[in-house]
Amino acid sequence: MFRNDDGTRMTNNTIDQAVYGELEEATGADFVAELVATFLDEAPGMIADLHDAATQQDDDRLRRAAHSIKSNANVFGAAALAEIARRIELDGLDADSLKILDTEYARTSAALKAKLDG
Amino acid sequence: MANDGGRLLIVDDNKVNRLLLSRNVELLGHRASVAENGRIAMEMLATEPFDLLLLDIEMPEMDGFEVLEALKAEPALRDLPVIVTSSVEGLDNIVRCIELGAEDYLPKPVNKVLLKARVSSGLEKKRLRDEQKELLRRFATSEVAQDLEESGFAIGGQRVYASVLFCDIRGFTALSEDQSPEAVIEVLNVYYALSFEAISSNGGIVTLMIGDGLMAVFGAPQAVENPAQSAVSAAQNLMEMMSDFSRERVANGEAGIRLGAGIATGEVVAGYAGTDQRATYTCIGTTVNLAARLETHTKTADCEILIDEETRAGLSDDVSVRPMGQVSFKGFSAPVDISSINPADE
Repeated sequence: MFRNDDGTRMTNNTIDQAVYGELEEATGADFVAELVATFLDEAPGMIADLHDAATQQDDDRLRRAAHSIKSNANVFGAAALAEIARRIELDGLDADSLKILDTEYARTSAALKAKLDG
Repeated sequence: MANDGGRLLIVDDNKVNRLLLSRNVELLGHRASVAENGRIAMEMLATEPFDLLLLDIEMPEMDGFEVLEALKAEPALRDLPVIVTSSVEGLDNIVRCIELGAEDYLPKPVNKVLLKARVSSGLEKKRLRDEQKELLRRFATSEVAQDLEESGFAIGGQRVYASVLFCDIRGFTALSEDQSPEAVIEVLNVYYALSFEAISSNGGIVTLMIGDGLMAVFGAPQAVENPAQSAVSAAQNLMEMMSDFSRERVANGEAGIRLGAGIATGEVVAGYAGTDQRATYTCIGTTVNLAARLETHTKTADCEILIDEETRAGLSDDVSVRPMGQVSFKGFSAPVDISSINPADE
C-alpha cells in the first residue's frame, strides 16, 4: 500500500496535503510547526502507552491510547496512521496491528519532520 | 469581536488538542484557559467565571460524561453551555452527551467555521441566560431567584418560622400633596434603596412594595439563624440611615421624614401565590397580620419600632426593649403583649 523507497512520494501519501495546508492557513505556519513539534514530543509516549496496554491486556487503556493517536493523526491529515489507530480503538488488536501502527508512525513522523525542516 | 470575546475553558487530556483548540478560539477573539482533565476543570470552574466549556470525552481521572453530570448537579454551573469536542466513536456516545445537557457536539479535528458558529451561538445563549437571571433578581430578589433556580417554580406554600417586618413613611400622603410628583418619587427611591440595603444586608427579602409601604420577611425562602434579631437590626439600620437623610432634607428647608415599623415573629406560610402566568413570592398568616397591625399602631403609640412578644423573646440582651403593655388588635381574639425599641441602639 505504501512505498518506502521514495522520500517525496512517502510524504505525499503519509500526510494529506489538503488537510495540512488548511491547518496552516487557519492557524498560521509558525503555529503548525510548534504543534508538530509538540506531537513529535508526545507521540512516542502515547505509542509506548499503547504497547504497554497491549502487554498488560488492559483493553480500556488500549482503547484510550489508540483514541489519542487517532485524534492527533487526524489533526495533521495523517490518514493512514489515524485509520490503523481507529481500528485498534474500535476492534482491539489483531495479529499485526501494533506492527502496522509502528510502521505508520515512523512514516508519519519522518514526513512531519521533513515538513519542519523544509 | 475582541471586545465581546468570551471566556472559554478547554478541557482535553491531549496536549496537541489543547494547543490547537486554544489557538482556534483565540483567533476567534476569545480568551482560552485549559484543563487537562475533568477534575481540574471542575476546580477551575469553582473559582473562576467562564462563559463556555469545550469538553473532550475520553479523559483520565474524570471524563466528559462525569463532567456533564457534575455540572448538572451544581446550580451555579447548570446553565454553562458545553460544546463537546471529541473524536469519540459511536452515535450513542454523542446522544448521551446531548442527553446529559451538552449544547452541541463537534467532531475532531474541529472545523474552524463550525467552531466559530457553535461558539457564537453558545455564548449568545449564555448571555441571554445571564440576562434572564439578572431580570429575575431585579424583580424577585436574589434569594427568591436562587430558590426558583434550585427548586423550580410551583404554586403553593410551606410553613416556616419567620419574622415579618412592615414599614411605612409617616404622613406620606400629606408629604406627597405638598411636593411635586418628581420630588415624591425621589423620596421614595431613596427610601426603597435604603430599605433594600438594610433588609438584604440582614438576610431578609422584600416581598411587597405598595406606595410608601413595604413588607419584608426574614427566614424564608432561606432560613436565617435568628429571624427576630435580623428583622430588628434591619429596622434599626433603616431608621438610622433614614434619619441621616431626613436631617439633610431639614437642613435644605424641606420637610423631615419619619418611619414606622412593626415586627412580628412566628409561623408563616411562605411560597408562590398567583397563577402559572403571574405569581409572586409571599407570606401569609396571623404573624403577617400582626406585623401590619403593629406598624399601624406606631402612630397611636407615637414610637418608631413596635414588636410582638415572640420577637422580643428572640432578641439578644443588649437590645434595649421597653414593654408597652397589652393592646387589643382588630382580628385578634386576645390582647397582645407589645414592646417598643429605640430606632438606634446605643
